[in-house]
Amino acid sequence: MKTCYINGTGCISTQNTFETDFLSEVTINNTENVIYANQPSYKEFIAPAASRRMAKGVKMGIAASSKALKDANLTMPEAIIIGTGMGCVEDSEKFLKSILDNKEEFLTPTSFIQSTHNTVGGQIALGLQCKGYNFTYVNGAVSFETALLDAKMQIENDEVESILVGGIDETGTYTLSLHKLINLVKSEEDKPYSVLNSNSKGIVHSEGAGFFVLENEKKESSYALVEAVSLQSSLETEEVSDFIANFLEANNLKISDIDAIVLGNNGDVEFDDYYDISNSLFKNTPQVYYKHLSGEYNTASAFGFWIAANIIKNQDIPEVVSMNALKKEAYSTILLYNQYRGKDHSLIVLKKC
Amino acid sequence: MKVAITGMGIISSIGNNVEENYAALISGKTGISSIENFDTAHAAVIKVGEIKKSNQQLAQQLGLSADNDFSRTSMLGAIAAQQALENAEIKDCNEYRTGLVSATSVGGMDMTEKFYYDYFEDESCRRYITSHDCGEVTHKIAEHIGLKGLVTTVSTACSSAANAIMIGARLIQSGQLDRVIVGGTDALAKFTINGFKTLMILSDTYNTPFDNNRKGLNLGEAAAFLVLESDAMVQKENKKVLAYVSGFGNANDAYHQTASSENGEGAFLAMQKALKMSGLNVSDIDYINAHGTATPNNDLSEGRAILRVFGENVPEFSSTKGFTGHTLAAAAAIEAVYSVLALQNNVVFPNLNFKTPMEEFDLIPQTTLKEKSISHVLSNSFGFGGNCSTVLFSKN
Repeated sequence: MKTCYINGTGCISTQNTFETDFLSEVTINNTENVIYANQPSYKEFIAPAASRRMAKGVKMGIAASSKALKDANLTMPEAIIIGTGMGCVEDSEKFLKSILDNKEEFLTPTSFIQSTHNTVGGQIALGLQCKGYNFTYVNGAVSFETALLDAKMQIENDEVESILVGGIDETGTYTLSLHKLINLVKSEEDKPYSVLNSNSKGIVHSEGAGFFVLENEKKESSYALVEAVSLQSSLETEEVSDFIANFLEANNLKISDIDAIVLGNNGDVEFDDYYDISNSLFKNTPQVYYKHLSGEYNTASAFGFWIAANIIKNQDIPEVVSMNALKKEAYSTILLYNQYRGKDHSLIVLKKC
Repeated sequence: MKVAITGMGIISSIGNNVEENYAALISGKTGISSIENFDTAHAAVIKVGEIKKSNQQLAQQLGLSADNDFSRTSMLGAIAAQQALENAEIKDCNEYRTGLVSATSVGGMDMTEKFYYDYFEDESCRRYITSHDCGEVTHKIAEHIGLKGLVTTVSTACSSAANAIMIGARLIQSGQLDRVIVGGTDALAKFTINGFKTLMILSDTYNTPFDNNRKGLNLGEAAAFLVLESDAMVQKENKKVLAYVSGFGNANDAYHQTASSENGEGAFLAMQKALKMSGLNVSDIDYINAHGTATPNNDLSEGRAILRVFGENVPEFSSTKGFTGHTLAAAAAIEAVYSVLALQNNVVFPNLNFKTPMEEFDLIPQTTLKEKSISHVLSNSFGFGGNCSTVLFSKN
């Protein structure tokens, strides 16, 4: 069986993660309940005429994937696998609104064409002329993790040597207004917002793109290797410990083997008790959180994956993502746990390579 | 390594279960009609493959309460998934490592377009807000069948369900899971009707796959699921195997966001990969269930790709879209059921409404029901974004 290495990354987030060194410039938001991606200049990646017609999600995807490929010194991946909760939701909203407002008349196809969930994967393939395996997963908070699991299986089975994997979501104004209606997004009264020790419901909504080149060979650019991925649709809070314990056992790991745990806390007081393992199973383990930097969206966990890969590469947990004061000499094995509203639980183990 | 299919379920415009679908296929009874379940400005100029059941009737069938938050897409999916489990005689979804992989193109769009503005005025409809999400469509199906394990969703436009079958088979082959329920679901919506209308690929009459004078597709709605199981499970539980997934291939045309390339490069690559994985030769394929949407572009591109793969020896082929319409993300799932039925009953289903051969090549679909021994069926599905998928189904 082959091993699955992370050999390149590209990350666009609400922080300036695209053009700076790992978390060298961060700002903490506690006043906005929606935060937007810090988009790079796309000139280097997309012709201006094409760029004007492209959805934000497509542009972020092309730029982040270009960076990941360059980082891995790879020109053409053999497969492209995307995870996205909502796809190009802005175009979807635009087309739907014009259908309803114009009573199904005077419509143009552009926004319909862009609205399909696989637009990002299709456009990246088109740009690269990549005729290989092309998949898009759309399952809330495990969209990115399913893409990762699929890629890992194919690399390990020696079906392909290199895969571009990405998690991407853009904000959509109408969808956001609906999510505000049903209090999925934090309300204005709950300011200032915080992820830890929050006492308000809902999340700070955002967007971003995290892309990774996975290959079956260790290279100079390697960050870490993907040891295990597991998904579970639904769990009660009291089942989390067993879920994690069983997963570790199945992968021949003990709690003491875990040098750091990366948790998906998002400041929603109703659901962050899923991460109470930080006070029990993992109370003696260095802990990392990240959604105070990225905000929450369906594929925010790709940002967490990027953080974990960089911690292993740099052998250091930056202060700004430390959840507790614990540190270790070396970070060889990192566990990631994420869920959203009690659904779409995922566990990932990354190892130093 | 082959993966066993031990159960299947389906609801489409030609029947509410596997038996009804089969009966319609062998009697040549189309499900294409005028739209009745909701108002659209295009009602007079389009035909659709509509399931003639209201949402209320579907909810009743599922035993859902009046204040349920299932989109039509979820309800269709839940009906088909439940049938598949019953067919496979699985009572407890969590007994073994079991997953659910569904496919959908627009998720719960049917509710979003219905309540788009009402959401802001009327609190009672807000329970449907989260039902829009594709993943939530699958969650609802999982909840209905009581499955807690791996649940995920594929959305690669009209090839989605073929890809759901692929990842399901891969999860079993790699030993991640013992059983996976795979398939897809899509309900008719104004969104897709108008989308395809703006692309000018909707026919104003019955769709005519592979005909020289084809005018475009009829949209349809449907859901279908298959239960895939590992060999170990089949032996342990002494399961009856309906057929096997013997190979699959996925490729990207990398040509255009919506149109297929002239020589059908992506389709050619997908078929080639599937054949290579299965170890079968082109001469082993007894029937091709074509994508055959009856759009000018698809049928030409797919036809050329079939000729590139099969050369002079193209086996009997037909598109069943004349029966069901194009059911988008569910299409490959219902056609997987039809492929298994072809294997079980040794029949090639007719390609309805074909009259005039295409001028570009010499390909004539099977237009009548044909009995012949069938061991291997190749099923194609292609979608926007260049997504091309082929799945091979085998008797043994």
